[in-house]
Amino acid sequence: MRDFRYWFAENRGTLLAILVFVVMFAIYTGNHSAGFSANVITTASNKGVLLALVAMAQTMVVLTAGIDLSVGMIFVLANCLASTIAVGTAFETTLGIIGVLATGIACGALNGVIVIYGRLQPIVTTLATGAVFFGISLWLRSVPGGDTNADLADALTGQLPGGIPTSLVVLLGIVLLVWVPFRRSMLGRAAYAVGSSEPAAYMSGVPIERARLLAYVLSGFLASCGGLMLTFITYSGEASAAIGGTYTLNSIAAVVLGGVSLFGGSGSAIGAIFGAFALRTIGDLLFVFDMEPFWQPLFQGVILLAAVTLGSLRLLRIKNRLDLFG
Amino acid sequence: MDAVTAPLFRMEGVSKRYGGVRALEEASLRVEAGRIHAVLGENGAGKSTLIKIMAGVVQADQGLMELDGRKVAFPTPKAANGAGIVCIFQELSLIPDLSVADNIAISDPPTRFGLIDGRAQRRLAEEALARAGAEDIHPMAPVKDLPLSRRQMVEIAKALARRPRILILDEATSALTAGDVAKVFAVLKRLRTEGLALLYISHRMHEIDELADECTVFRNGRNVATYKAGTKTGKEVVEMMIGREYSHVFPPKPAGRDRTTSAIEVRNLSWTNRLTDISFRASPGEIVGLGGLDGQGQRDLLLALFGVLKGLSGEILIDGRPAQIRSPRAAKGSRNGMALIPEDRKTEGLMLPMSVRDNLSLAALGTVSRFGVIDQVKEAKAVEEMVSLLAIRTAGTGISVGSLSGGNQQKVVIAKWLMITPRIILLNDPTRGIDVGTKQEIYQLLRRLADNGATILFYSTDYDELIGCCDRVLVMYDGAIIRTLEGADINEHMLISSALNIQTEGEARHA
Repeated sequence: MRDFRYWFAENRGTLLAILVFVVMFAIYTGNHSAGFSANVITTASNKGVLLALVAMAQTMVVLTAGIDLSVGMIFVLANCLASTIAVGTAFETTLGIIGVLATGIACGALNGVIVIYGRLQPIVTTLATGAVFFGISLWLRSVPGGDTNADLADALTGQLPGGIPTSLVVLLGIVLLVWVPFRRSMLGRAAYAVGSSEPAAYMSGVPIERARLLAYVLSGFLASCGGLMLTFITYSGEASAAIGGTYTLNSIAAVVLGGVSLFGGSGSAIGAIFGAFALRTIGDLLFVFDMEPFWQPLFQGVILLAAVTLGSLRLLRIKNRLDLFG
Repeated sequence: MDAVTAPLFRMEGVSKRYGGVRALEEASLRVEAGRIHAVLGENGAGKSTLIKIMAGVVQADQGLMELDGRKVAFPTPKAANGAGIVCIFQELSLIPDLSVADNIAISDPPTRFGLIDGRAQRRLAEEALARAGAEDIHPMAPVKDLPLSRRQMVEIAKALARRPRILILDEATSALTAGDVAKVFAVLKRLRTEGLALLYISHRMHEIDELADECTVFRNGRNVATYKAGTKTGKEVVEMMIGREYSHVFPPKPAGRDRTTSAIEVRNLSWTNRLTDISFRASPGEIVGLGGLDGQGQRDLLLALFGVLKGLSGEILIDGRPAQIRSPRAAKGSRNGMALIPEDRKTEGLMLPMSVRDNLSLAALGTVSRFGVIDQVKEAKAVEEMVSLLAIRTAGTGISVGSLSGGNQQKVVIAKWLMITPRIILLNDPTRGIDVGTKQEIYQLLRRLADNGATILFYSTDYDELIGCCDRVLVMYDGAIIRTLEGADINEHMLISSALNIQTEGEARHA
């Protein structure tokens, strides 16, 4: 029984994010003319998976008590690169995809090396490298365009038998292959430890540098996965500063909504995924209630504030004012 | 143990400088298996540097280290751990957001197929906690939710889980309750019979008397003496540590003070289940001690008086009139004139990166400002006065507080509050982890402040302090004051028996 209580306390943020999303999505499908149908869910999934992947990327860095302002730009760069090289025959496309993911990993590794060995602050480093990545995107694709492998794109953004969205399965696969092993590996544990207390982690003989580097590398990898999916959904590439910026900021919002502490050391990418889904559903909700799309940012802000408030309700019960600052 | 064979660990001629300061000079040490070796010395004597070098946290500039007769070097804590040297530091090394089990297994968790095996880890943690005598701690509890004394037990369990050959304990018992200390001592004695070498660093002489086989005294970065435990008197040891005669540690207590007026009076104060029906009064010029085992509500009482706690019942009267104190800001205001020297100087007392000057004037900004603008000349003057009054050893008031030694940092915390000339001074274990010399200065300062009319409420985990400093001692047990000791009744026997809530005096531990 006590075990369950500790488990619940540890996963409170994730559970809250799931709850918020389920409620919002239920309202959405309940009011949608097509209802809870395969097409509605596939469309929602395709849109949600993009932000979910970028939010996972953000989670990696935030867990180590950093912040990555370049995830949106890696996402855009991967999109532009994929629309250039992930085309043609199946073999060429495969090589292209590997190239795109390798680029994402390289971008993440660059961030990591600068932050860890250059001892620069993550926020400044990623602000600068983000601009660099965007510059490369512009150079690759000065005007929107490009192409994609249509067969693969349709397969990855369509449905499996039974109406299950493929993009959701792709996300699940990434969670199982990247997040779950990370969470249960020694380096993953070390990444949490670094985020919670770097001096204590160092004193415990934890490999702090490798753990942080891995977090940045995985962040770049996940952001480029998102960029690939964007290419498959839009069939093209676009070097858009607006997309990069929006995804970066929304990824931070999703992480917070998902119960990941911006101070590092606690939270889960699962929470961030549902945080991303919830943020995405806001636009859909406006649509079914016939509201103008320009209300979306305002509602996103309100939902974010509401969720964060819900998370801090327990502060009202605090009897020792010093605990407010802990 | 055969003393002729090579020792388990040996260091010879080890020196270390930080900038221009020499922390360790030609130090040597021999550590034998199956022995407890105590290291004594004031803060800044080189003990911390010594163990940091042994634990791979810092590198020696020169000198030799040998383990099993073979030359070794530890570039990182990991390397030292790998060689079987595990250190429990005074500054805790636990990760607050991770669970107890995660922390215990942090450096080498059990794995299956390359991933951490949660079940095996839990077993390992339970075993280690049991070995440390702390079965009451749940392995899934997050460390940040545990009180300091429990965290210290986790720290010990974590060290034991690494199966060390040499275990270094740096002030490892300073945060423990008396019950835990007894358990830890039993564990340490068992480890000794199992053939471990233990290096034990403590400021508490009676602990060293109980545990140590050998003692080494450090002063100014050099080891001045190594002797068999029990061959020197306490007075001799202290004189070796401070390098001068040890007398008049505690200033004399004035006799027969007028207690008719009360500066602070507390009536039936209660808070959640931690404070129960507390009533007492204290007069100007009095030093009132708070005694008892650690964690019996003494800290909560001080926080309650200082306006930190919500949901209090009962009454607090300052200078005879009822006071509503809802925040530290209200507590320090001129109506109440209170100051609280907090327990944890690094988080609650000081802004470590800020300068000595900024820290000193922080609480008193109101008195050195005009219309909200800080009068820099006035500030500088007030700060200089404090620095010389408390003899704070600093290279200047512009340097960061974090670069001062522990004792001097604590002086800054005290000085910071003296700048508002408080009438009621609350002290929460102010001398923890501070060297003998600085302690002595603090005792004298407290008495001077009391003589000038301040009322002092003084919580200490060190019985000697309560005995030497206080005019009265309120002994707390389970959130209530169970006994008030006065005059000749303030002695170790009475303090301990009341702390343990033992009615029959024959049962007291140090009878």
